[in-house]
Amino acid sequence: METWVKICRVADIPRLGARVVKSARGDIAVFRTANDEIFALMDRCPHKAGPLSQGIVHGKRVTCPLHNWVLELADGNALAPDVGCAPTVGAKIDEEDVYLDMPAARTTPVAAE
Amino acid sequence: MLMKTGSKPKLVLIGNGMAGMRTIEEVLKIDANMYDITVFGAEPYGNYNRIMLSPVLAGDKTVDDIMINDTQWYADNGITLHAGKTITRVDRAKCVVEADDGTVEPYDRLLLATGSDPFIIPVPGADLDGVITFRDIHDVNRMMEAAKTKKHAVVIGGGLLGLEAAKGLMIQGMDVTVVHLMDCLMERQLDPMAGGMLRRSLEDQGMKFLMPASTQEILGEDHVTGVRFADGSEIPADIVVMAVGIRPNIKLAQSAGIHCERGVVVNDTMQTFDPRIYAVGECVQHRKQTYGLVAPLFEQARICANHLTERCVLRYLGSVTSTKLKVTGIDLFSAGDFIGSDATEDMTFRDPARNIYKKLVIEENRIKGAVMFGDTVDGAWYFQMMRDGTDISAFRDTILFGKAHLGDSGRGDQNQAMAMADGDEVCGCNGVCKGDIVAAITKNKLYTLDDVRTHTKASSSCGSCTGLVEQLLAATAGGDYSATPKEKPLCKCTDRTHEEVRRVILEQSLKTIPEVMSFLEWSNPDGCASCRPALNYYLLCAWPGEYIDDQQSRFINERAHANIQKDGTYSVVPRMWGGVTNPKELRAIADVADKFDIPTVKVTGGQRIDLLGVKKDDLPAVWADLNAAGLVSGHAYGKALRTVKTCVGSEWCRFGVQDSTRMGVDLEKMCWGTWTPHKVKLAVSGCPRNCAEATIKDFGVVAVDSGWELHVGGNGGMKVRKTDLLCKVKTPEEVLEYCGAYLQLYREEAYYLERTAPWIERVGLESVKQRVVEDAEGRKALYERFLYSQSFSQDDPWAARARQAELQSEFRTLAAV
Ligand code: SRM
Ligand SMILES: Cc1cc2nc3c(=O)[nH]c(=O)nc-3n(C[C@H](O)[C@H](O)[C@H](O)COP(=O)(O)OP(=O)(O)OC[C@H]3O[C@@H](n4cnc5c(N)ncnc54)[C@H](O)[C@@H]3O)c2cc1C
Ligand code: SF4
Ligand code: FES
Repeated sequence: METWVKICRVADIPRLGARVVKSARGDIAVFRTANDEIFALMDRCPHKAGPLSQGIVHGKRVTCPLHNWVLELADGNALAPDVGCAPTVGAKIDEEDVYLDMPAARTTPVAAE
Repeated sequence: MLMKTGSKPKLVLIGNGMAGMRTIEEVLKIDANMYDITVFGAEPYGNYNRIMLSPVLAGDKTVDDIMINDTQWYADNGITLHAGKTITRVDRAKCVVEADDGTVEPYDRLLLATGSDPFIIPVPGADLDGVITFRDIHDVNRMMEAAKTKKHAVVIGGGLLGLEAAKGLMIQGMDVTVVHLMDCLMERQLDPMAGGMLRRSLEDQGMKFLMPASTQEILGEDHVTGVRFADGSEIPADIVVMAVGIRPNIKLAQSAGIHCERGVVVNDTMQTFDPRIYAVGECVQHRKQTYGLVAPLFEQARICANHLTERCVLRYLGSVTSTKLKVTGIDLFSAGDFIGSDATEDMTFRDPARNIYKKLVIEENRIKGAVMFGDTVDGAWYFQMMRDGTDISAFRDTILFGKAHLGDSGRGDQNQAMAMADGDEVCGCNGVCKGDIVAAITKNKLYTLDDVRTHTKASSSCGSCTGLVEQLLAATAGGDYSATPKEKPLCKCTDRTHEEVRRVILEQSLKTIPEVMSFLEWSNPDGCASCRPALNYYLLCAWPGEYIDDQQSRFINERAHANIQKDGTYSVVPRMWGGVTNPKELRAIADVADKFDIPTVKVTGGQRIDLLGVKKDDLPAVWADLNAAGLVSGHAYGKALRTVKTCVGSEWCRFGVQDSTRMGVDLEKMCWGTWTPHKVKLAVSGCPRNCAEATIKDFGVVAVDSGWELHVGGNGGMKVRKTDLLCKVKTPEEVLEYCGAYLQLYREEAYYLERTAPWIERVGLESVKQRVVEDAEGRKALYERFLYSQSFSQDDPWAARARQAELQSEFRTLAAV
């Protein structure tokens, strides 16, 4: 079951930037692209747990601030040649408000090689 | 503007050869839909790699192997190809061209790429059957046909082309004599020593030489039977190959009234005297030069396409070329002025046992020319330094041993390709660097040579770099080799270099990152984590006070004004002017550490104190407390001025001759807050004992009795470099002025992420001296631009963020769920 929780206004996140939401499962990075799409990933890089929210956003990707891995925002997968995945969190926009999908327990997809 | 005759403007190409078709390919790459394209070629094929005719003659390739674009390619790309039709007339008034079969075609833009004609020496018998030139597929077929039944071949001309023909005919089974007018083979590429070595090696393979020898007559009734020389001697011949040189093919252009000298004269945009008509290739004369190798022609093609598609940003400034020999099985490389003059010095290396010879011609510590025989692996490296004008003084004593001997590479036992830097050119024909190839291999998961050729064009022309490309392929695709930074293009979103981007920003008055990206056609709409910070810096440097910094294009440290740590916390380093502090500042630091539970307080290598492990949310409050004691940001996180290290100097030290501490503080007050291509560190020592280690800083000052020595381009860190002495000055005011001017020059000219040490090695100390020391007016102007830019950058970024709520959102958690 989906449980949408209202987080903030779209405008609260800078374009090509990100903000952090604290949750019981750990920090969540909420990204906004140049075209005002919103994506959310757990704020832990699959490499060495770098805070993805602090990276540079470009296209639908983010570059991790610690060692420059590049991850797809849509599915959290690391770009080749790196391999790994940051768990995704459902995100949507409704009337300029940002919602995250926060079921009490949720299995997270694991990247296919 | 283009006037259109139909729905799309029409582009007509005359000459279906290497330069013309490369231009068309470049046009298609930029805008596949802009033109309706028609191509006329006198030869009855698609477009093929003329360079590879030598390997075809040598039996290593077939004609099919060397096709670049077959007729299907033209059809697939919507291009009308008239193969086998020669254009006989250009009517510039009506804007139409006319072919020998009567075909008439109108044009809006015309591209001339008619190449050149082989020169035939005007001796009796030159028109006999069996006299062949070496230019196209037809010629090669004739030679191969003759080799089946005939025995004796005479090749007139001991240049590149002649030797390749001779070797090919020898492989085809003929008995070959090379006749050369000079007493040195390839005298336009080789010095007598290398020319002699080449001759001996070829003789060992069975080639014969007659030189110096002047041909007087070609003998025979209706077919060649022999050759007679000026001294009266004769030799038998069943075929004679004329390879004595080429002449730009300008007949058509001349008959159309287009201004020609030796070639069709073009300007820096490859435009002829008629603005509708462009020209590229061997038929062209640019700034008095004509070219007969593909690398410069491909460069012309790129620039021509840029103008045909009305992008109009590039200019052709002429090319420096290098030569390699392809088919003789002998490694040979030559470039530039390899003979030298009174003003130059020669450096040579000879190993007769291994038949190796290398010579560099040096002028003022810069390479002017190179000849290499037997071992050419470092040719590309020398050539790169020659073109860049690199100052070689730092490694002059080992330069002839090659790059692998440069000590710091640390990979001495690996192969040649691995020892190259990313910016080093691998494929000279297509200007492809190691970094491009490695990037293409990793990005596109390439595994075969052909893949690399299609993706990068490397090794797709003359093929002499194939070995290097294969090494790269093996090393990159097969191992865990990770690419080092410093590619030639700014990043993978563009093929522009740093230099081009900086120039275009100024010339076109581009003022925002999106403007730059759209003007220069970035392949990713909002760039990547490499180019955005670089562009942000270039714009900020170009338009001080005007450009609005793009926070999202800053690396996190510069966005948060603190250094991110491996656990996601931050470190805070307040400025300690010249390394001097006082009890009040120390107390404030101690209080902050207590109040915010900061786990580590450490003295840095830069004479100040680091508070490590601060939570991001706490940063504004930490700064507010530090500000209250007068402490401001130390920019330990920025591509910016870091520290000015000082020693105690004459105020206390028994040896000090000047007040180095004061000087350091003054320098830091002038320079703090500036943004630079990479971090910048200064130091001031009070006497030549140099306790502040000024000679490994970007700008180091050493006090002497009579004033101050100014040192530049030092670096600690990964590759230690000792400074060069810039000059000596007398007063502290001069120290400030020279320092400001020098930093501004660095700010305006270095590439992003290039520290002063590699920058100075690239541009040479002399050019920096010229701008900062010798040109007094230029120095003042640089200094003023520095101060002007500083007038916008000396607000403490911490204070702003500690005070202004709207700047604090970066540091706040958005929500908790
Ligand atoms: C804190 C400090 C070490 C210390 O505890 O002493 C330090 C810490 C770091 N250095 Fe350093 N360097 C520190 C003095 C130095 C020095 C010594 C000096 O400045 O006198 C050097 C050699 C001198 C030089 O730069 O020429 C130095 C050469 C480097 C390099 C190599 C630079 C190079 O050109 O080769 C890097 C890597 C880089 O910049 O790409 C680096 C990078 C770093 C980074 C930024 C690594 C990173 O990206 O996170 C470290 C940040 C830690 C932090 O969060 O504070 N640090 N680093 C020193 C801070 C000085 C200050 O007060 O600002
Ligand atoms: C055997 C050989 C080996 C070489 N090896 C090397 C090498 O190793 N490295 C290197 O850099 N360079 C090498 N070159 C030189 C290189 O091939 C040339 O510099 C290059 O091909 C020139 O390109 P272009 O487009 O100017 O002329 P071309 O490639 O000659 O193209 C001109 C075309 O225009 C056609 N044409 C002319 N007039 C008309 C007309 N009126 N109507 C229609 N069509 C017309 C011609 O038939 C020709 O096909 C070699 C050349 C030869 C012949
Ligand atoms: S030397 Fe510098 S970069 Fe390396 S661990 Fe120490 S502080 Fe970090
Ligand atoms: S932690 Fe993200 S790249 Fe290393």
